[in-house]
Amino acid sequence: MATRPENQAPPEIFYNDSEARKYTTSSRIIEIQAKLAERALELLALPDDGIPKLLLDIGCGSGLSGETISENGHHWIGLDISSSMLDIALEREVDGDLLLSDIGQGLCLRPGTVDGAISISAIQWLCNADKSCNEPRLRLKAFFGTLYRCLSRGARAVLQLYPESPAQLEMITAAAMRTGFSGGLVVDFPHSTRAKKYFLCLICGPPSVNTTLPKAKGEQGGSETDESSGDEENSAVGFSERRRPRKKLRVSKKGQRS
Amino acid sequence: MRLLTHNMLSCNIRGVTKGFPLELEVENFVTKEVPFNPDFLKHMFPKIEWKALHDAAKKMDDNDLPEQVDASMLENDDFLHRFHHALLELHLEEGALICPETGRRFPVNKGIPNMLLHEDEV
Repeated sequence: MATRPENQAPPEIFYNDSEARKYTTSSRIIEIQAKLAERALELLALPDDGIPKLLLDIGCGSGLSGETISENGHHWIGLDISSSMLDIALEREVDGDLLLSDIGQGLCLRPGTVDGAISISAIQWLCNADKSCNEPRLRLKAFFGTLYRCLSRGARAVLQLYPESPAQLEMITAAAMRTGFSGGLVVDFPHSTRAKKYFLCLICGPPSVNTTLPKAKGEQGGSETDESSGDEENSAVGFSERRRPRKKLRVSKKGQRS
Repeated sequence: MRLLTHNMLSCNIRGVTKGFPLELEVENFVTKEVPFNPDFLKHMFPKIEWKALHDAAKKMDDNDLPEQVDASMLENDDFLHRFHHALLELHLEEGALICPETGRRFPVNKGIPNMLLHEDEV
């Protein structure tokens, strides 16, 4: 198995000019990123009212996922720590605005301003301690705390991630729940090693009947994410749920809100 | 960077309680035309800090925004077009953003604000 980029160097170093270009010229990566962004937008369950929204793309990189947001008619602000990646986003003339920013230092946005957020393959980087000043727990806290604050009430954030281990996934999920988000983990294709994808679906505000988690894809037998058990990933799902009151997760209708 | 984004930005240096609005230092700006969508403007209006938008637009030689606004003006097409232009079509290319509380300068290059904090600011 290839070494995880997270284990090689900090993101602003790993995604240098050549790596950023490689990332953005690989048709395989482009296709995967677009698919993940499309799915994240679907899980975001924005109201179907035709009004463009203001979204965040957290760890926007060269703007591959942002393009999917633009194609869906929304405005976006992208944040990334790699200036090489952002340079390529500029070259590609993306429609969103770009900020050079370290999300582990917290998001530099006013409270209640954003209608939703997506993140593709980025937030596991928060668990790196590349510098002596980087303490993953503090960085996660700063990130989720400011994310919660800048979202408008009831807004969602869908964060696709590649956790290195169940323990890391648990640490990230717990950090999100501690800041007041409701929601939890949606695992698409949980039975496939290759296709399995983790989406941390967060809802700003306490759980209510309107804040139900969307259903995962590719689950055989139609079981809910919260009902399957046995493998390590699903025990992590269970963990995030134990923190939440009552049975809000169990409603099986997809993305309904009023 | 559009003024839409500028209007949402706030300095998050540790200990800063009022990191908004960041003052604009304009060296160079550009205008890019984008499709007019009144629904988006009406959706965003309650979230916009008007004075910040008004002052920022002025720094880019746009003096067409009224100083005082209220929601009833969203029915006026002329107002909506001015609002649209200031919010979405003016882009800061080169310059800086200044934190109102600490005076910390965040440089803007090629339209991208560098919001990275130093270790002692986190």
